[in-house]
Amino acid sequence: MNLSNLNIKKAHQLLQLKEISARDLVADALLRIEKSDSKIKAFLTVCSKMAFVQAEEVDEKIARGEEIGILSGIPYSVKDVFSTKGIKTTASSRILANYVPVYNATVIEKLNQQGAILIGKTNCDAFGFGSSTENSDYQVTSNPWDLSKVSGGSSGGSAAAVVSNMGLFSIAEDTGGSIRQPASFCGATGIKVTYGRVSRYGVLAYGSSLDTVGVIAKNVEDTAAVLELIAGKDPLDATTLYAPVDSYSKALKENPARIKIGIPKEYFNSKIEKEVKKAIENAISDFKKIGFQMVKVSLPFTKYAVPAYYLSGISEVSANLARYDGIRFGFFDKTAQKIEEVYDQSRSKGFGDEAKRRIMLGTYALSAGYYEAYYKKAQKVRTLLKKDFEKVFEKVDLLIAPVSPFPAFNIGEKAKDPLKMWLADIFTVTINPAGIPSLALPCGFSSKNLPLGFQLIGPQLSEKLLFQAGFMYQSRTNWHKILPQN
Amino acid sequence: MKKNQNFSRKDVISVASLARLKLSEKEIAKFQKQLSEILQFVNSLLEVKTENVSPTSQVTGLTNVFREDIVKPSLSQKEVLKNAPGEYKGYFKVKAVLNKS
Repeated sequence: MNLSNLNIKKAHQLLQLKEISARDLVADALLRIEKSDSKIKAFLTVCSKMAFVQAEEVDEKIARGEEIGILSGIPYSVKDVFSTKGIKTTASSRILANYVPVYNATVIEKLNQQGAILIGKTNCDAFGFGSSTENSDYQVTSNPWDLSKVSGGSSGGSAAAVVSNMGLFSIAEDTGGSIRQPASFCGATGIKVTYGRVSRYGVLAYGSSLDTVGVIAKNVEDTAAVLELIAGKDPLDATTLYAPVDSYSKALKENPARIKIGIPKEYFNSKIEKEVKKAIENAISDFKKIGFQMVKVSLPFTKYAVPAYYLSGISEVSANLARYDGIRFGFFDKTAQKIEEVYDQSRSKGFGDEAKRRIMLGTYALSAGYYEAYYKKAQKVRTLLKKDFEKVFEKVDLLIAPVSPFPAFNIGEKAKDPLKMWLADIFTVTINPAGIPSLALPCGFSSKNLPLGFQLIGPQLSEKLLFQAGFMYQSRTNWHKILPQN
Repeated sequence: MKKNQNFSRKDVISVASLARLKLSEKEIAKFQKQLSEILQFVNSLLEVKTENVSPTSQVTGLTNVFREDIVKPSLSQKEVLKNAPGEYKGYFKVKAVLNKS
């Protein structure tokens, strides 16, 4: 049986009908990794042995005639920033080259309980710092549509793996676009959740007031199915929300009341490439045909979102990365003689350039004399950004915007200019300071056959509505069904 | 409120030392240029009027999250020390902090 265009729902049905086994699914995903990952470089670690053991457990359950959950026997990957017990977890940084966690992130625990099968850990920009995976200390993940292009970042490995049929979904993390942008560059669907919707316990921290855990999959249905099983309050993460988790999958079958979508003019400025704009205009007319009301709106503080986001993010980076000191875990430079040298040398040799830049700027933004001008200022602008969204959501239910101003760019094109790389995120970083969710969806291809995408943005805890709108769009379009040939 | 348009060589050396990073001469020059550019970019924030705006650091409004104070099993000493580069009799091994003299 050809397993190449399977999604979670179909795979689950076939498992229940005993037409395929969990072992088949795992073997197929691993075979694809073996065949194509030397070119794509999506994985840092592959855990075949453990995956087969887990598959056997699920297959035995099916043989005994037991009910299995939707994710039972489904192979998946996870971005290498999630702690996995007994499996190396590097955050794509040299400083964690030999780090093997002794506990699982809550999300991994939850997926284990569901019988989902972890096949490997995916490459990303080190600690999530970047938009192309070129800041990984190990490898650059190529775009499966064109190997000379980036896969996006920071979760490039996750997005590339999903569209290459190396696992049916991937768990990733979005601080400023790290799920949405690679999903968009690779033609996948990705959800960035409301801040606190999914537990971050066991996730290597980037910017603690911005980090969110989400899902990349082949379509809205699969994304919703995974999210509803990993979301919710976790006593081990005090920032998780008490609000009950909606049954997103069930909600897809409901017809929501007429949805009003805002088109914010600030996101359709001169920076967006023509082809991207055209593809989103087509999506807008698709939504009109569905019966959605589309109205023009404005978010006047948008242009300050990028500096406010980065200042908040890097300040938190400098605090979060202070823990890497060569003493409790992580890289330790053996040539160090004195305690100060242990710190200095372990950190200098362990961190890559982008981590160093962010640590230094963050240290600066928090230092005496500059704290008011930079960090505190950014937090105040954040209030204004949040109010911008609150005001607009009094008038509309959701917003539509591009994910990236351009399709996947060439490997090497922006790598030497850190500011240029930062500016690749102008349309995604804007929402993280407000803690609101966004769903990235594919909506066409460029003339060079690279996937294009847009995002639907909603108020806090509007994941259900985002999935409903996204599902209605995908029920009418086929963009999400087109996968790269490999 | 201080603002800085240029990130000097001295600034680079000073923040690197605060952040416990040791930089080569080449790195100092490279980072000075890159960090100056980035700093100039974020300086656009200074034009926003924020006199009467309060800062947001927690976006969902959660405050004082409590839980029951119940003792639960935790990681063993062996597990906690598993990733430590140096270990001595169940402790993390650290170079001397104080000098004898």
